[in-house]
Amino acid sequence: MIKHLGTSLRMTIVSIVLLGLIYPLAMTAIAQVAFPKQANGSLVTVNGKVVGSWIVGQLWSKPQYFQGRPSAAGKGYDPTNTGGTNYGATSKKLIDSTKATIATLEKQNPDASGPPPMDLVTSSASGIDPDISPDAAYWEAPRVAKARKMSIAAVNALVAQHVQGRTFGFLGEPHVNVLELNLALDGLKTD
Amino acid sequence: MTVIGWIQAIVFFLLVLALTKPIGSYMFRVFDGQKTWLSPLLRPVERLIYRIGGVREDEEMTWYAYAFAMLAFSVVSFAYLYVLLRTQKWLPFNPQHFDNMTPDLAFNTAISFTTNTNWQFYSGENALSYLSQMAGLAWHNFVSAGVGIAIAVAVVRGVARTSVKTLGNFWVDLTRCCLYVLLPISIVVGLYFVAAGMPQNLHAYQDAVSIEGFKQTLTGGPMASQEVIKELGTNGGGFVNANSASPNENPTALTNLVELVLIFLLGAGLTYTYGKMVKDTRQGWAIFTAMAILFFAGFMLAYWAEAQGNPLVHAMGVAGGNMEGKECRFGISASALFATVTTDTSCGAVNSWHDSFMPLGGLVPLVNMQLGEIVFGGVGSGLYGMIVFVVLTVFIAGLMVGRTPEYLGKKIERREVQFAILAALVTPVLCLVPTAVAAIIPPGLATLNNGGPHGFSEILYAFTSTNANNGSAFGGLGPNLFYNIVTGTNMMFGRFAVAIPALALAGALAGKTSVPEGPGTFTTHSGIFVALLIGVIVIVGALTFLPADSLGPIVEHLLLLQGNTY
Repeated sequence: MIKHLGTSLRMTIVSIVLLGLIYPLAMTAIAQVAFPKQANGSLVTVNGKVVGSWIVGQLWSKPQYFQGRPSAAGKGYDPTNTGGTNYGATSKKLIDSTKATIATLEKQNPDASGPPPMDLVTSSASGIDPDISPDAAYWEAPRVAKARKMSIAAVNALVAQHVQGRTFGFLGEPHVNVLELNLALDGLKTD
Repeated sequence: MTVIGWIQAIVFFLLVLALTKPIGSYMFRVFDGQKTWLSPLLRPVERLIYRIGGVREDEEMTWYAYAFAMLAFSVVSFAYLYVLLRTQKWLPFNPQHFDNMTPDLAFNTAISFTTNTNWQFYSGENALSYLSQMAGLAWHNFVSAGVGIAIAVAVVRGVARTSVKTLGNFWVDLTRCCLYVLLPISIVVGLYFVAAGMPQNLHAYQDAVSIEGFKQTLTGGPMASQEVIKELGTNGGGFVNANSASPNENPTALTNLVELVLIFLLGAGLTYTYGKMVKDTRQGWAIFTAMAILFFAGFMLAYWAEAQGNPLVHAMGVAGGNMEGKECRFGISASALFATVTTDTSCGAVNSWHDSFMPLGGLVPLVNMQLGEIVFGGVGSGLYGMIVFVVLTVFIAGLMVGRTPEYLGKKIERREVQFAILAALVTPVLCLVPTAVAAIIPPGLATLNNGGPHGFSEILYAFTSTNANNGSAFGGLGPNLFYNIVTGTNMMFGRFAVAIPALALAGALAGKTSVPEGPGTFTTHSGIFVALLIGVIVIVGALTFLPADSLGPIVEHLLLLQGNTY
């Protein structure tokens, strides 16, 4: 046993150097050279200022912007506190908060057609889901159009331009990146 | 359910099927000590490691020497991680200046990663330095996976060898696994992950102000290099709390597919390695078939339940499947698939919250773990868990026809069956007893996130997951001193109390002489055997866990249909 402990100690040290330090640090070095944008978090900069990340959702509250899904990450869309509600299907808290979300959405979107789509009334898993479903975007379009004094058709056309389909036609679900859509609405160019 | 949703699962499975033979033969060469195409590059490194470690390459170990070496390494690596987590504040690579972990949480986390469980009672993005992530957790992801595969290889040698006392050399198996299998795949796929959008940096978090004025802190770190080994080694511990649901750890539907394939890759490959080692690949494919059937059964139920959606939400006028705790880019099919795959194996990474699944959707991951995670399984642990069930099946089949059972020319006698039963009984005892205790004492009930039967499911899931070394959670359950200590010890027993009997079983089998096949020999690569094997797995699991599962997800499903909430 003593012999095994000695070997264990030496093997631990040598494997930490190789797998715990050299491997991740070398990967970081290669990534920083080969894929610097992605490796540094796919940051979005406008006029030299970081306004977010392409892959991280944000909280939107003004009517002229598309809104994302409900978020349970911190006080909402906090990447340092990711997570979901973890409410089960029979949770009273889930049912009450879903009801409240629907009421708020319907109040904010009086011209929307029918009840809101499922993804707009349910909290995402990460709390920083950057996307909404195309249905959700079209559902919000009348509100955005009204706030911007645009025609609904023009907003719908913009949404259609930004819908990302399933990868290879069968992977995942079609979705729209909310930040991308809102930047396009403002006509902002990223650096 | 949609056709496209099914195509996604079937394409995934076909990819795994196509990779099983190549990766399986490669692993056979690695563990047989043969040359591989990477040898010119890696052999000098391997020699250097042995020289520094003081390992004699040609030394063979008995089953107990093998077990002692494995235990000694686990003790040292546990102690190292505990110290690292308790001192991270004073060490480099800590740009966010995170504090040291508390003693009970560090104990829980250190055991969790030593045992390949990766149960997480902390949130990485606000608790761990980059050094703790890289040189602590990601390092453990390599070596605990290596330990699992080493044990499996030793157990298979026990089945394959005759009339010897030894099962190979633990240090050589561990080193060759990490160096020839885990590291090369991690480098290649890790770089793809960065290209696909995963961060890989060492700098402090980035502040951002949105065009609407919303302030946000964007996290970073060496994520991609950790993500790949997290899946490949069926570890499952996320860099951040949201794990593979976070767009940082899983940015696209394609990275999601790659992660899924990584989780099954080595477990599936090992069935082929097994066939090669016992010199009859049909034996490996028989096990593969049983695993594949159980996989599709689980996926079907999970996908169906989630696609049905929540009737209580439908009553509010909103239509569609259950999207609570799921991500838009994945949707329902890819989330149900991930939940099935991550619990078929001992991975435990999640891309959606199992706690928020429909009751019958959440039942699938629970049952998968209760069956012992033998569907491709944890790297290594899945195969040796399955071999235990194979021995039981052969034994029961022998009883049915009234002759001494044999498997691959070895007589299965009292000792073998005792070890197999011991290994098979560990999971139920360690899962159900603590669950029953936690359900009636105040500290066990203090940190629940849900009431009613779902609260009970949270407790049951926690002990099932920790004891099966899975690490996924009904994440609403919060940590406290009671859960930190009890789930911690539970993970330890769940790992070693199965691995050691499995090694003992292998030691007993290795010492046996081979009996020639006769007309009465029960073939163990036929359809009948596969059916019988599945039957034994399901009956052992159902008899043990059905009462507990009835009190949780099953009764919750019935109450949901009546419109009850808690």
